[in-house]
Amino acid sequence: MIVTPASPEPTPGLQPSTGQISSHESHGGHANHTLTGFIIFLCSESVIFLAFFTGYAVLKLSALNWLPPGVEGLEWRTPLAYTAVLVSSSGTIAVAEWCLKRGRLWGFRAFWLLSMAMGSLFLYGQAIEWSGLGFGFTSGTFGGCFYLLTGFHGLHVATGVLLMGLMLIRSFLPGNYEGGEQGVVAASLFWHFVDVIWVLLFLLLYIWPA
Amino acid sequence: MTITPFDPGIGELPSPQPQAPNGWKRYFSFNTDAKVIGIQYIATALIFLLVGGLLAMIMRGELITPEADLVDRTVYNGLYTMHGTIMLFLFMFPVLNGLNNLLIPCMIGAPDMAFPRLNAAAFWLVPVFGVILMASFLVPGGPAASGWWSYPPVSLQNPLGHLINGEALWIVAVALSGVSSIMGALNFVTTILRMRAPGMTLFRMPIFCWTALSAQVIQLIGLPALTGGAVMLLFDLVVGTSFYRPEGGGDPVLYQHFFWFYSHPAVYVIILPVFGVFSELFPVYARKPLFGYKFVAAASLVIVGLSLVVWVHHMFPSGVPQWMRDLFMVTTMLIAVPTGIKVFAWLATLWGGKIRLNTPMLFALGGLFNFVFAGVTGIMLATVPVDIHVNNTYFVVGHFHYVIYGAATMGVYAAIYHWFPKFTGRMYYEGLGKLHFLLTFIGTNLNFFPMHPLGLMGMPRRVSSYDPEFAFWNVIASLGAFLLGVSIIPFLLNLVSSLVRGERAPANPWNAIGLEWLLPSPPPTENFEDHVPTVISGPYGYGTGLPLVENQEAYERSLQQV
Repeated sequence: MIVTPASPEPTPGLQPSTGQISSHESHGGHANHTLTGFIIFLCSESVIFLAFFTGYAVLKLSALNWLPPGVEGLEWRTPLAYTAVLVSSSGTIAVAEWCLKRGRLWGFRAFWLLSMAMGSLFLYGQAIEWSGLGFGFTSGTFGGCFYLLTGFHGLHVATGVLLMGLMLIRSFLPGNYEGGEQGVVAASLFWHFVDVIWVLLFLLLYIWPA
Repeated sequence: MTITPFDPGIGELPSPQPQAPNGWKRYFSFNTDAKVIGIQYIATALIFLLVGGLLAMIMRGELITPEADLVDRTVYNGLYTMHGTIMLFLFMFPVLNGLNNLLIPCMIGAPDMAFPRLNAAAFWLVPVFGVILMASFLVPGGPAASGWWSYPPVSLQNPLGHLINGEALWIVAVALSGVSSIMGALNFVTTILRMRAPGMTLFRMPIFCWTALSAQVIQLIGLPALTGGAVMLLFDLVVGTSFYRPEGGGDPVLYQHFFWFYSHPAVYVIILPVFGVFSELFPVYARKPLFGYKFVAAASLVIVGLSLVVWVHHMFPSGVPQWMRDLFMVTTMLIAVPTGIKVFAWLATLWGGKIRLNTPMLFALGGLFNFVFAGVTGIMLATVPVDIHVNNTYFVVGHFHYVIYGAATMGVYAAIYHWFPKFTGRMYYEGLGKLHFLLTFIGTNLNFFPMHPLGLMGMPRRVSSYDPEFAFWNVIASLGAFLLGVSIIPFLLNLVSSLVRGERAPANPWNAIGLEWLLPSPPPTENFEDHVPTVISGPYGYGTGLPLVENQEAYERSLQQV
């Protein structure tokens, strides 16, 4: 039998599984683990948002003066437009995945890039909004919650765009995406997650009356 | 060489050999082998056990006399804060993750963890935040001094005004610990769910895997809440937001909710794997199958569910509404049901068995005894009127030290002795082990029992001086603490001398049943490699004569050839 070298570098989950492992059916191949692990990670990550949402709701419901002096509330029309952009990027990323499944690599790249662009546009819109607001991070619990929630979510959008950029670069490696790609599925899942969180956040921050 | 179908061919070369030139260096490298990482975790944790224990002994030295005469009061505040933080985040969680790393892949027949690099990264975060936490002793103003739960507004005080202060470093260290634990939890859950040997259904898993799975699910649900709460605390402290500052409209009790939503279930993260250890050890040393296996397995999941709805019992005096007190009193008491199922299952396993009282079994029995005592005081504390009466007294301190030291740490010792031959290839010294047990058991009870009468008499926790009427019990507790300090000496002596010159361990020194005992000692890097056995019966088949896996004789034969 072949003796493994002293310190083998186990194949990370992103690489397609080799026949060596897939001989054990119940091990399921290493590739599937990535997705399982990623879904578990998303479930866990959603708890941190849940914690922030709960904290926000508790602080808002118990506040005597929720809005800091001089602040009328949040303008919701422009953010709604950016919300539409972010939510529809969930559609374009699904189209990109569909293209990849059909083997249309250029279609995948085009729609993937479009989704990245829409995510970036959303971040740009948020930066514009932040710079025009009349309150800061330390303006009471209202300001704290607003910047904490949008900032933490924005960090996730930025992470998502970076993750998608990585997948886009990898699509140019010859033969890399033959037979599907766990990383693409994971990035797309992450993107849907970020979108769903934003919709909840939008309802809580902008629509829920002060 | 060729392999016949009946020759599993395992263990012909435990690679790398323990004596190999790169043998010890791999423990200081970014090694991705779960068994190396497991030992790294345990060694790191034991170092921090010594640090945390030293702090505890300084405190008990202070408390041996009623006057505050050994250390400054502010130093004392730092001591108990750092003692709690180190013991939980740098001893307990790492040592249990070490056991998980060693045991889970071997017990389920997996070659390694699902994400080996993530696993190594999770481990190396431990020394990183360990150093950050230790560094807080050196910053101006000293380490965090607001207790291990760091309640605002006390934790938001920064009188010296430095940006880098003990409290800020504390929050960063705890947040990094959370990241490390989540990375570990992802790995353990994925490994258990997806990498089991053929034929090993969920209800054929050893109980340790069930309890590890349950504990890690709690980590995944609870830790993000603590991390979220800690991030807000850090912003309050460093940036000046007012999430928890009452003067800015914030709510300090909100932090308590975030903190205990995780930190109460964290107790189950600690005790569940120890339940797993008890469930593994009692059948081996009583030579009987585990009584009520399925109930014991399912009880772990019930504990997970209940653990998420009991946290307010830490906040009964914090101005929570009466309905919350009533509700959480009931849910807390309900925890006794699944826990009781386990205790009775262990007793029924021991009943009429051929008990073998070697070191691991002594530690398991001692741990069980202490756990039952802690359970009784736990029920007392769950009752709102009692809790409000003894809140913030030594009664609470006594209760959770019985759990954390009396049950959990003794369970960890039991596990270390039981699996020491398996993962080091050497036998430990039974005499030193028994001495370690004796000192630990007497020390634990001497140290922590007096805290109960002290609490009932009204001695508050976290004070460096007290009324002379409390002196009697405090002197006994302090003597117990020093005895516990002494008890570490035979333990470390045993570990080191057995590693260096212990007798060579056979593959299955305890005549135990389980996949890990079908591997050589120490197991090769990839465990069964390409020869993963097919499991054909449930665990703990003691006295039934049923083989655990297909072609079991072939596996046993190949072990004897090693």
